[in-house]
Amino acid sequence: MVFLLQKTLIFAIPLLIVALAGMFSERSGIINIALDGIMIFGAFAGAMAAFFLRSNPYFVTHNQLLFLICLALAAVMGALFSLLLSFSAINLKADQTIGGTALNLLAPAITLFITKVLFNKDKLEMETMINQDGGRTDFGYAILNEDINPAAQILFDKTYISTFIAIIVFVLLSFWIYKTKTGLRLRSCGEHPQAAASVGINVQRMRYLGVTISGALAGFGGYAFVATVANGTAEGTVAGMGFLALAIMIFGNWKPLGIALGSLLFGFLKCLAVTYERSLIEPLESTSWMQKILQNSQAFSGFYNAVFKNMYFYNLIPFVTVLIVLAFTSKKSRAPKAEGIPYDKGAR
Amino acid sequence: MKTTTVKSNDKSFFQKPAVQSVVASLICILGGLLVGFLVLLFMAIFSDDISVGEAFSGIFIVLSGPIAAGNPKDILFSCGNMLFTATPLIMTGLAIALAFKTGLFNIGAPGQYLMGAMGSLVVSLSIPQGSMPSWLIWTLAFLTGTVLGVLWGAIPGFFKAKFNVNEVIVCILTNWIAANVVSWVFYANQQNFVNFAETKTNFIKKTSANGVSTWTMGLDKLFGGSYLDVSIILVTLIAVMLYIMLNKTTFGYELKACGYNRNASKYAGMNEKRNIILSMAIAGGLAAAGAALWCLNGQQDFKWNTYQQLPSVGFNGIPAALLASNNPIGVVFSAIFLRYIDTGGSYLNGKTSFNEYVPQLIVAVIIYFAGFSKLIKDFLGRKKKNAVPAPSPLLSGQVPAAALKPTPVEPETEPEVLPDPEKEDLPEPEPEDSPEPEPEDLQEPAPGVDPEKREEGDE
Repeated sequence: MVFLLQKTLIFAIPLLIVALAGMFSERSGIINIALDGIMIFGAFAGAMAAFFLRSNPYFVTHNQLLFLICLALAAVMGALFSLLLSFSAINLKADQTIGGTALNLLAPAITLFITKVLFNKDKLEMETMINQDGGRTDFGYAILNEDINPAAQILFDKTYISTFIAIIVFVLLSFWIYKTKTGLRLRSCGEHPQAAASVGINVQRMRYLGVTISGALAGFGGYAFVATVANGTAEGTVAGMGFLALAIMIFGNWKPLGIALGSLLFGFLKCLAVTYERSLIEPLESTSWMQKILQNSQAFSGFYNAVFKNMYFYNLIPFVTVLIVLAFTSKKSRAPKAEGIPYDKGAR
Repeated sequence: MKTTTVKSNDKSFFQKPAVQSVVASLICILGGLLVGFLVLLFMAIFSDDISVGEAFSGIFIVLSGPIAAGNPKDILFSCGNMLFTATPLIMTGLAIALAFKTGLFNIGAPGQYLMGAMGSLVVSLSIPQGSMPSWLIWTLAFLTGTVLGVLWGAIPGFFKAKFNVNEVIVCILTNWIAANVVSWVFYANQQNFVNFAETKTNFIKKTSANGVSTWTMGLDKLFGGSYLDVSIILVTLIAVMLYIMLNKTTFGYELKACGYNRNASKYAGMNEKRNIILSMAIAGGLAAAGAALWCLNGQQDFKWNTYQQLPSVGFNGIPAALLASNNPIGVVFSAIFLRYIDTGGSYLNGKTSFNEYVPQLIVAVIIYFAGFSKLIKDFLGRKKKNAVPAPSPLLSGQVPAAALKPTPVEPETEPEVLPDPEKEDLPEPEPEDSPEPEPEDLQEPAPGVDPEKREEGDE
């Protein structure tokens, strides 16, 4: 159970932060379908930085500092990359979906191109080193203490510092967009930009702000994904996490609390599959309640076994659940009113 | 103030919408190639191992496509495979273009493609050879794959029409569901389907093992023993039929009207929900048929354990559709163009320090520019001065203005489809996902203000 919840947290964090990224962009009125691409680009930038900085012995010993630097760099590069979307969507009033799709195509192409030219490989693997206490010293595992009680283990054992940073950032930004003047202005640009402009808000600047924050968060999430979930391998894909985050954002009704709930739920369901796969590899761990269910399920036979003893079944659960929940909650779903529409000052 | 050029017979060459579309696409392609070249040059300048001359030869190889193969025999072979690999890409491009016409972004083509592959493979490998003529097995397999794709494509359409859930989200979810379902089906029946005979355990048996393969009509021999078969001709015919359906039939008009403005088409008496479901279902069928044609070729390896990876040909349909301005016949050319530079890119590895990802890079930049194609068309159209204000071209005269008022009862996830009720002259109804209006029916609005000037009066 502890393992499952630990995994859930690790898996949910990139989703959470990238779904928040989508929310910032859409609340300012720009559909950011490029989240996937920005994640890939941010992850690549972070992995490259990790690769080159590690040639300096100082960073090999101070690996947590290196992790923070790479995380920050990924966010900055994500923000810069998102400027391409802002420019086309805000200044040139291009179709936002096309702009986003272009970025989604561009990010894997450019990362794979550079990786192959520089390293003659299709993927960039960050070096992993295991400490004597079992923690990974290069990027991640801030804390490793297994003697604390199980509830605390979920949060403080085998966690990455990115988890805590992401939670803090999430809370701060959620307050920012709801409780500050600028946050209110940003949201107003996504609802009725002409009305916002009439009271002196610079709509273009607000939308740039929204997309740039979105890019930074997506870059952050991309590096967090690659360093934690993907075990430090940047290979021009983030397994569709950016698109899933988009689904989580809509699932969460463009609100931080809904997003948090959605990503935790999705992460939990997704990790059922991971836990199941692990139970195949380590069948002797009897503490897992999953294991007990699975052992009991052997009493049944035939079809039941074929379904419930199958990895693909557990893989399907999160997607089908989200689909069903979306169908039932669609009546309450409310997108920002002006999202996707280029701002036209003359329109009323 | 929005202005539109009036349709008249004395238009100059660049005034014609079709010409504008083609020229805009060509400008995008040139821009993409230029940026691609600059990236190569940049890499060459900043890397000690790569000479500047290699940047030139690199872009030249990409541009020469299959011709980069060298001797005539290899060129023919390369051309044949280029056309063969373009076949499924044309179909997914058509699937995405058709959905775009109805105002839907069909990002679910990978899932539909997988369902089509599964349906065709299961049928073609399950029916024992000799129990019926192999052409019948082929037809049954093709139809099964297509029908599965139709059903799979209808799911996002159904969710959009009945529950008003954004089709992009449902498409993404159904993609992953399809990937897992397909893997599961083949995993559960691996004795029958997996290619153990050639010890390729990651792949499904080739359908030719069961005597099923597409009629090649001698095209494979003609193109130096490549995989090319009759499917490329079939696909071209499908594209032409789709063009006729969209532009010459009532049904096609309804689909497009739905794309421009759902509420207006509803008011005009069209069943807009039915149209959305049908559009997605046909799109799904197209993508799946592409997969079936690829699998039934008889020589192809299909990787069955796809639950962690979606087929890239599904996503590559998006650039194919966008580059062609969603014109079905244009999709044929754009897909072949995409495969052309891909083929060129595949020769980069051996001949230069660059690699096969350069064409992807170029395509991405082309699509980025395609976002501005409206600006480019406006620029082309502006040269003549007979631009006068005109009301909404497509729906004026057919739908009263009251129809365009938003209905407050329905929760609308896509309010951008609704025009502002207070507007004096109706804007062009333009859904978020339809990048360019139909060139045959519409003229572009000239931009009211220059992009630079827009920034001034905001405060």
